[in-house]
Amino acid sequence: MNVTLVVCRGTPGDAPREERWTVPFEPGQSVLDALRWIRSHRDATLAIRYSCTNANTCKECMVRIDGKTAYACTARLHEGTMRIEPLPNKRLVRDLVTEIAPPNERLSGV
Amino acid sequence: MPVDTVHLSTDVLVIGSGGAGMYAAIEAARRGRRVILVDRSLIGRGGATVMAQMTVAVGLEEGGLDHPEHHYVDTLAAGRGLCDPAIARLLCEEGPARIREMDAWGVGWAREDGAYKRAFAPGHDRPRCVYVDFLNTGPAVSKTLRVQLNRIPEIRRVGDLLVTALALRAGDCVGAVGLHLSSGRTVSIAAGATVVATGGLTRMYHRNSASANMMGDGYALALAAGAELIDMEFVQFFPIGHLAPRLVGMDPIMWDPFRYKLGGRLLNGQREEFIDRYGSKDEGRYIVTRDVATFAIVKEVEAGRGSPHGGAYLSFEHCSEAELRAAGGPVIDRLAANGIDLTRQAIEVAPIAHYHMGGVRVDASMATRVPGLFAAGEAVGGANGANRLSGNAITEALVFGCAAGASAAAQAEAGATRADASAFRGETDRLREGNAAPDFNPAAMVEQLQATMQDDVGPFRTAASLERALARLGALRAELSSRKPQTGRPYDGALADWHDLHTMTRVGECVAAAALARTESRGAHQREDHPGLDDAWRVNQLLTLERGSLRIERHATPQ
Ligand SMILES: Cc1cc2nc3c(=O)[nH]c(=O)nc-3n(C[C@H](O)[C@H](O)[C@H](O)COP(=O)(O)OP(=O)(O)OC[C@H]3O[C@@H](n4cnc5c(N)ncnc54)[C@H](O)[C@@H]3O)c2cc1C
Repeated sequence: MNVTLVVCRGTPGDAPREERWTVPFEPGQSVLDALRWIRSHRDATLAIRYSCTNANTCKECMVRIDGKTAYACTARLHEGTMRIEPLPNKRLVRDLVTEIAPPNERLSGV
Repeated sequence: MPVDTVHLSTDVLVIGSGGAGMYAAIEAARRGRRVILVDRSLIGRGGATVMAQMTVAVGLEEGGLDHPEHHYVDTLAAGRGLCDPAIARLLCEEGPARIREMDAWGVGWAREDGAYKRAFAPGHDRPRCVYVDFLNTGPAVSKTLRVQLNRIPEIRRVGDLLVTALALRAGDCVGAVGLHLSSGRTVSIAAGATVVATGGLTRMYHRNSASANMMGDGYALALAAGAELIDMEFVQFFPIGHLAPRLVGMDPIMWDPFRYKLGGRLLNGQREEFIDRYGSKDEGRYIVTRDVATFAIVKEVEAGRGSPHGGAYLSFEHCSEAELRAAGGPVIDRLAANGIDLTRQAIEVAPIAHYHMGGVRVDASMATRVPGLFAAGEAVGGANGANRLSGNAITEALVFGCAAGASAAAQAEAGATRADASAFRGETDRLREGNAAPDFNPAAMVEQLQATMQDDVGPFRTAASLERALARLGALRAELSSRKPQTGRPYDGALADWHDLHTMTRVGECVAAAALARTESRGAHQREDHPGLDDAWRVNQLLTLERGSLRIERHATPQ
């Protein structure tokens, strides 16, 4: 099976741009699986944030998927097109990565 | 477009915010020190601690049921003669104090009639393991420590900071240098004492239970700074890690509780029982030991009798829905959400890299041989020897974290040498140099490295496989050297991958070289060309870096 991911990319200064990738998948695979596949097979510069990968315990991979906020690690892939965007209510860092750390856990002054 | 380095300074620097790092920070602050606690991910979320689901081993005397001495005896037996008695003893003797302190902080250990509930786990002579229901031990431990951190103004927390080198002055550790991922800035931190609490290395393997941040950073950092590593050949594999169908929202070691409660049947690709071909029994009960199960599954796959994804089947099809529900509780619903119905289908399992016994060599105060440098948690080697008892890793993180925090506080008080700019310049310059646009895919190279480690430095090794791995790791390292991406871009995953590859090629070399040198089989290190334990090998191997080359020395295990 294949899915087309439309991913919104860019850094705060840039005009946001969309990129599309067709990704093969097996039923049950997650959006995070597809984003990791893109990094190792197409474009390693795609920025995503995650740690635990499978367990849904780190809670770091939250993004917008087809207009809804979700964890990329538990959202399933489906055939057709899926649109992935960074969280709209957090400061954009780059591509799908936003500043989600509590303010007192950031490096201030940068 | 490199920009200026950000400079910070503190009494105690703690690198890594799992159970060990958070406890170290709290203890150093309790002793009156200013602390900076950094993590390459978000604070308290990046490593193994938050992922642990099961149990914590501790010899609690309450009710006359247990004693640290019994725990110690079991720990030494599991370590197959290679434990460092001083630090194994510390783990067992201080365990109860840490578990009770976590209790006072509200972690919520499961209780029955007011007393701690204690679960039985393999290798322990009695029920010894506390836990937080349901499968919530790691998240509860992590959250409890985060709440304590929040209450202490002397602890400054900085996430998204990947430490890339320790800073040295005249051979002493005087802080560290890192890359602030979300800004792309280089950061230097001057510290009176530094604690490495970066966790283990299992992400180096293709099949693992690791987070993205567990690839042995602390081993590489400490080795480069002049510290010794010990027991690097001992990587613990968990035999029945989840393999297929794809299961998300659960960590892959989740089948153990089902096995304890329901047994379950291990079947090969032809749906035959096979454990009895390898000198053990399965019979639907969970009695086969981890090493035999791992060996049997690997051998069936090699013989072409694996399951479709290259493992074995684990079947609970003979169990009723009610039995499964009683054993799994809410997990049954999460399986259903993944389209998995255990009454109708067997799932596939395979051995996965799960924990690393080896690590930075320390004494019982968690001091390395480098003045000013301490280590804690899974980053430390020696407590568990050739094999770890289940439940000892969280205890070790809390106990060693506390001990390292106390020692680092004392060291910082003694007025350790202060860093000057020259201690940092070499690394900040190195970080900034490189190519503006990388012309290769470092994320793909990470996968190649993981395949090499899995295939050739996995649970079963031969001289030929280890030599092949060393050659491959050397080639990858050579390929990397000319291709470093430049710093300066926010959240540059390719640069982080490059750095991770640099680390993993070095740490992988440590594991493979130590495994090649040890010509016997013991605990988690199994040489197919040298089966069986050899008494002459009751020694630890110490690794050091000398003029850029790895050196291995044998050292009689202290008794
Ligand atoms: C899925 C899973 C389940 C487990 N279940 C159990 C169990 O039930 N019982 C048990 O006793 N043990 C269990 N273990 C093992 C146990 O969880 C770990 O050994 C223990 O939590 C390690 O704690 P730590 O603080 O040393 O490291 P970790 O918790 O791994 O923390 C290390 C931290 O260091 C950070 N870091 C790494 N490198 C750098 C760097 N270069 N710069 C900055 N930061 C860095 C990481 O991001 C991470 O946050 C389990 C492990 C896993 C993976």
